[in-house]
Amino acid sequence: MIKVFSKEWFVERAPGLLPAYRKHMTEYYAPKNFNFMYYFGSLALLILVNQIVTGIFLAMFYTPSARQVFPGVSEAFASVQYIMRDVDWGWLIRFMHTTGASMFFIVIYFHMFRSLMYGSYKKPRELVWLLGMLVFLILMAEAFMGYVLPWGNMSYWGAKVIISIFSAIPWIGDTLVTWIMGNFIVGGPTLNRFFSLHVIALPLVLLLLVVLHLAALHEVGSNNPDGVDVKHGPKGNRWSPDAPKDGIPFHPYYTLKDMVGVGVFLLICAFIIFMAPKVGGWFIEHENFAPANSLVTPPDIKPVWYFSPFYAILRTIPDKGLGALALLCSIAVLFFMPWLDRGKVKSIRYRGTSYKVALTLFAIAFVCLGLIGADVASKVILHVLGPNTDITWWLHLIGYIFIAIYFGYFVFLWVYTFFGLERTKPVPERVTTHD
Amino acid sequence: MADEVVDHGRRRFLTATTAVVGLGGLGTAIEPFVRSWMPSARSKAAGAPVTIDVSKIQSGQIVDYGWRGQPVCVVNRTEAMLATLTSSTVTSRLKDPDCNAVQQPPNCKNPHRSIKAQYLIMIRICTHLGCVPDFKPKIGPETFDPEWRSGFFCPCHHSRYDISGRVYDGSPAPLNMAIPEYQWIDDTHVRVTGKEPATYV
Repeated sequence: MIKVFSKEWFVERAPGLLPAYRKHMTEYYAPKNFNFMYYFGSLALLILVNQIVTGIFLAMFYTPSARQVFPGVSEAFASVQYIMRDVDWGWLIRFMHTTGASMFFIVIYFHMFRSLMYGSYKKPRELVWLLGMLVFLILMAEAFMGYVLPWGNMSYWGAKVIISIFSAIPWIGDTLVTWIMGNFIVGGPTLNRFFSLHVIALPLVLLLLVVLHLAALHEVGSNNPDGVDVKHGPKGNRWSPDAPKDGIPFHPYYTLKDMVGVGVFLLICAFIIFMAPKVGGWFIEHENFAPANSLVTPPDIKPVWYFSPFYAILRTIPDKGLGALALLCSIAVLFFMPWLDRGKVKSIRYRGTSYKVALTLFAIAFVCLGLIGADVASKVILHVLGPNTDITWWLHLIGYIFIAIYFGYFVFLWVYTFFGLERTKPVPERVTTHD
Repeated sequence: MADEVVDHGRRRFLTATTAVVGLGGLGTAIEPFVRSWMPSARSKAAGAPVTIDVSKIQSGQIVDYGWRGQPVCVVNRTEAMLATLTSSTVTSRLKDPDCNAVQQPPNCKNPHRSIKAQYLIMIRICTHLGCVPDFKPKIGPETFDPEWRSGFFCPCHHSRYDISGRVYDGSPAPLNMAIPEYQWIDDTHVRVTGKEPATYV
């Protein structure tokens, strides 16, 4: 007789549970040479949990209504103030959510850059990369709609500008914009549907994609800083004769390693949440402390920092259609990475010098486009060259340079690898840190 | 079963036709959900005409009114402002000086883009990405344009418009700003009616 709720009792009733746990945790053999850059995947998962938990609580106190409760102040805006002032610990829950949003993108950008550095998008991990890119896309939509919910003036005009990008689509553009807004202008219907999408539809899609992203990863196995496939290396380690010799069980080895990262990461997050939750207008913009006003555009309209590189691309090109197209391409091109890069060598450690230079320039261009999009570049130029500078001319000049570098990276990568111009270093047989 | 032979052709045909009919049904079922996102009857009703009293707007002044939640501005233009509309410093630099794009009712297809030349009545929404351009009434150099002849300047992406809302070349905005349909009721009252909502916006 099996004891109720004993291990055997569970195995008999849910025979798939333990094997699944083993497959993804204790018998998932990850390469033993993970470095700092491999913290960001698990950190992203941590933030996802944080966003869901804090989001559930925020939705208990937030009211998605554009109806005015005071002249010029909507119920949505007022309910955010209610959370901040009247709900016990409401400010903490909200700042955990807003800080989490920005930290999500910091972590995701590092996570993606890690893939570029070590060639993690290459065969056989194309599907992992594509699913990851979809996660990124949904995350951007999720963040954008979340940003609209407080119904501050920057929320309002950010929504207006981003939705209006769709009007650049020929023929159906204007109808599409009205359809998205649910009104002839961004208004109550827009707020309500964004709330619904932000708290139900997109999180569900996001969770599904994250599960698929991990499932796809655990099928092919993790890449590593050497870009060597441990699955194809020698077999047999302390735990199993069939497991890769250079692999170690994800649990407890990497769960413990990740906890160190989590500790440091949470320390940084706590500092932001308690000491500087607005981060000088970078995580929460100053203009958003004013209620939405459909008749007054804020003087310096710009998206939150994580969209600014893409926004700079849109803004630099002085043509509505081309600007929107370039914005679309700047994200779409990333999907094609596995097929643009034909090089056989994965890790930057063994790739050609030109590749290293190109990737560095690409990273610099991405950051500089961010500074242009966030209006930092214009302030620096005015400060350095004096107040009479033709700022539009300068912004166009540097904007085009960095856009050229951004897209140039992908063109270069294809030419460089397709025509076999890359001179790589010999790739070791096994990860460099094996015993 | 007397006949054990499977007719694969028949099976494929039935599978395909069932799938097609099923997809058709699914497509039809989606329609109400897609349509639910269009402006509701309440949103449409909010677009009722507004009547504006222009008698208190001083020369060279701009006043905004909300219409369908959008800023409709009335500018009482000075003689000097009106003179800029036909000067070559302005017209030679415009994308669409003759207002060929249908961004105004036919009776406003003229350089001053209005029924009465003095009063500009316009939906003050940038045709680039929907911001509200600032009113810059000065005739003389501005930081964004050394040959400025009064008009509108969008703070978002630096689109420039003349005092009739016609867009300057080199602006990201593709079109002149929209003029709603309106009628003068008497000398000082104008009624902004619009037409079908999406006609001019």
